[in-house]
Amino acid sequence: MPSAVPAVGLHRITKRFGDVVAVDTVDLEIADGEFFALLGPSGCGKTTTLRLIAGLEFPTTGRLRIFGDEVGTLPPNRRPVNTVFQNYALFPHMTAEENVAFGLRMRKVSKAEIEPRVRDAIALVHMEGMEQRRPDQLSGGQQQRVALARALVNSPKVLLLDEPLGALDLKLREAMQLELKALQREVGITFVFVTHDQGEALAMSDRIGVMDGGRLLQVGTPEEIYARPANRFVADFIGHANLLDGMVTGPDQVTLTNGITIAAPSNIQPGGHVAVTLRPEQALLHPWGGAPEHHTSVDGQVEQVTYLGNALIYRVSFQWMHIDVRSENRPGGDPVSAGDEVTVSWEPSSVAVVQD
Amino acid sequence: MIGGTARPGSVTAWALSGTAWVVYAFFYAPIVLLVVFSFSDDRNVGRWGGFTLSWYEQFIDHSQLQNSLWVSIRVALLSTAISVVLGTLAALALERFRFRGQRVFDALLYLPIIIPDVTMAVMMLLFFSEGIRIAELLFGLDLTKGFTTITISHIAFNISFVSVVVRARLSGMNEQLEEAALDLYANRWRSFRYVTLPQIAPGIAGGALLALTLSLDDVVVTQFASGPGSTTLPVFVFGMIRRGVTPLINAVSVVMLAASIVLVILSLVTQRLRTGETGRSLGDRPRRRSDSSV
Repeated sequence: MPSAVPAVGLHRITKRFGDVVAVDTVDLEIADGEFFALLGPSGCGKTTTLRLIAGLEFPTTGRLRIFGDEVGTLPPNRRPVNTVFQNYALFPHMTAEENVAFGLRMRKVSKAEIEPRVRDAIALVHMEGMEQRRPDQLSGGQQQRVALARALVNSPKVLLLDEPLGALDLKLREAMQLELKALQREVGITFVFVTHDQGEALAMSDRIGVMDGGRLLQVGTPEEIYARPANRFVADFIGHANLLDGMVTGPDQVTLTNGITIAAPSNIQPGGHVAVTLRPEQALLHPWGGAPEHHTSVDGQVEQVTYLGNALIYRVSFQWMHIDVRSENRPGGDPVSAGDEVTVSWEPSSVAVVQD
Repeated sequence: MIGGTARPGSVTAWALSGTAWVVYAFFYAPIVLLVVFSFSDDRNVGRWGGFTLSWYEQFIDHSQLQNSLWVSIRVALLSTAISVVLGTLAALALERFRFRGQRVFDALLYLPIIIPDVTMAVMMLLFFSEGIRIAELLFGLDLTKGFTTITISHIAFNISFVSVVVRARLSGMNEQLEEAALDLYANRWRSFRYVTLPQIAPGIAGGALLALTLSLDDVVVTQFASGPGSTTLPVFVFGMIRRGVTPLINAVSVVMLAASIVLVILSLVTQRLRTGETGRSLGDRPRRRSDSSV
């Protein structure tokens, strides 16, 4: 049974390095058994946040709890967490097996107990037969597995992963995404992982925390973050989005900067500067005037067509603004080419109105 | 000629290999002569009088020479042991910590490498004569220059060399390894003992052998720090030359040369051992991680 107490609780955590505020008053609760992603561009404070949880940095102010225990000032060796480092940080002078056994040896676990636990951990990450190899005799993916085993063998309450897939090539990365997810379900440990790859975060996590400039901008499920971004940065950072700048001019109504008024539901007071977020795959392309009745629509001209193989991106310009429309590449249908007059439409509920 | 190799038999090839031979001759002819004449049965150095081992026998029987040889070895071992510990600690302090006065400490640490031996020697001389006087005035101790002062002066310059070599190794080491050790329940000491130390061991060994070599070879500083009755082999040999040169000097020099060569080779070998991706050669200047912080 997952514990009702949050696995990790950050309460108004701030970390300063000299004048630089790396983490700025972050409040965050990560539930027991959750696969949580900290997502953001480089320098956004996500890695520092992870290091704070690991104990490799101490917060300047704020409270940090792991399963209810105050750990803010405990050194890393006294916290029930383990880390998979960005470049794995395997000990080069030890074999894979010795690497995995290191944590248990440091905790003075008896030899009789170390052996089966190390064997199980190595089996868990499918590295049987590689026990006697040194890190420089292992491929990137294999090193990653040893690093995982080295952390998991200690049965941490929380596993921290710093860009765990960053050093792998694309194919391997996709395979490891699925495997990590499956591994997390198998061991049932809370995973907190840091990534700058929004696709990775969407694919793997139960919940995502989006960070920028040291601040936690939004926490939510992948669906929430994708469909209901909290602000312009999140909308822009997660997936592709058309961001149409404008101003709220009435209830559920936004006037874009090019003068066109469209329906866009929001709770923002009239006069507020906003951007209407429209995902390219939510927009539909029709012949001129062919939009369904209940849809919001704008008329424009196809400026450019980009062929992606499985899909096509149409850039439609209307009054000095443009919208990218993504449509799956299916057989049949009228071919649309640059210069055609078209209508773009979407469900009014599929747009999100965001502020800066 | 860019990327070209001289064709066999061409003028360039002859000139290149000729130059190489001249350079080798320049380097090694004196050594060969030294070794050859150490076996010469004639009191005059440079006149061949037939093969003999008598100079080596004299060396073995010469009690003062033997004495100074033992002083040399003891000084070398003791000063190396102490300077390895202190030099490694200094390297760790400079690479792993940020503290007030770090840059000054850094600069001062390299001073013994840069300043001329004679300056170092005079500094030591003044230091010891003043030190001995103060010790006598304050504590009534009756100290004289000798084994202890030689050892101290060797430690003084060896710390610098050891810390340079160890630091090069440390700065090439992935710092995340130490964090990983801490994350895996090691405390600071165990992280050092099980992760840092094995990583920098080749650097420490290389530094130790370098220190040993420098200590065994040193003349100038030792001459100023030694006292009557206790002196090292190189200094004693230096004194012997003033009293007249016999092939005994050659024999002694050959022994010293052989010892030095063995140590230098050992030093190079240990530097290369298990270098892997973190390895750096002895000549690399230690990289500064952050020049902006003091």
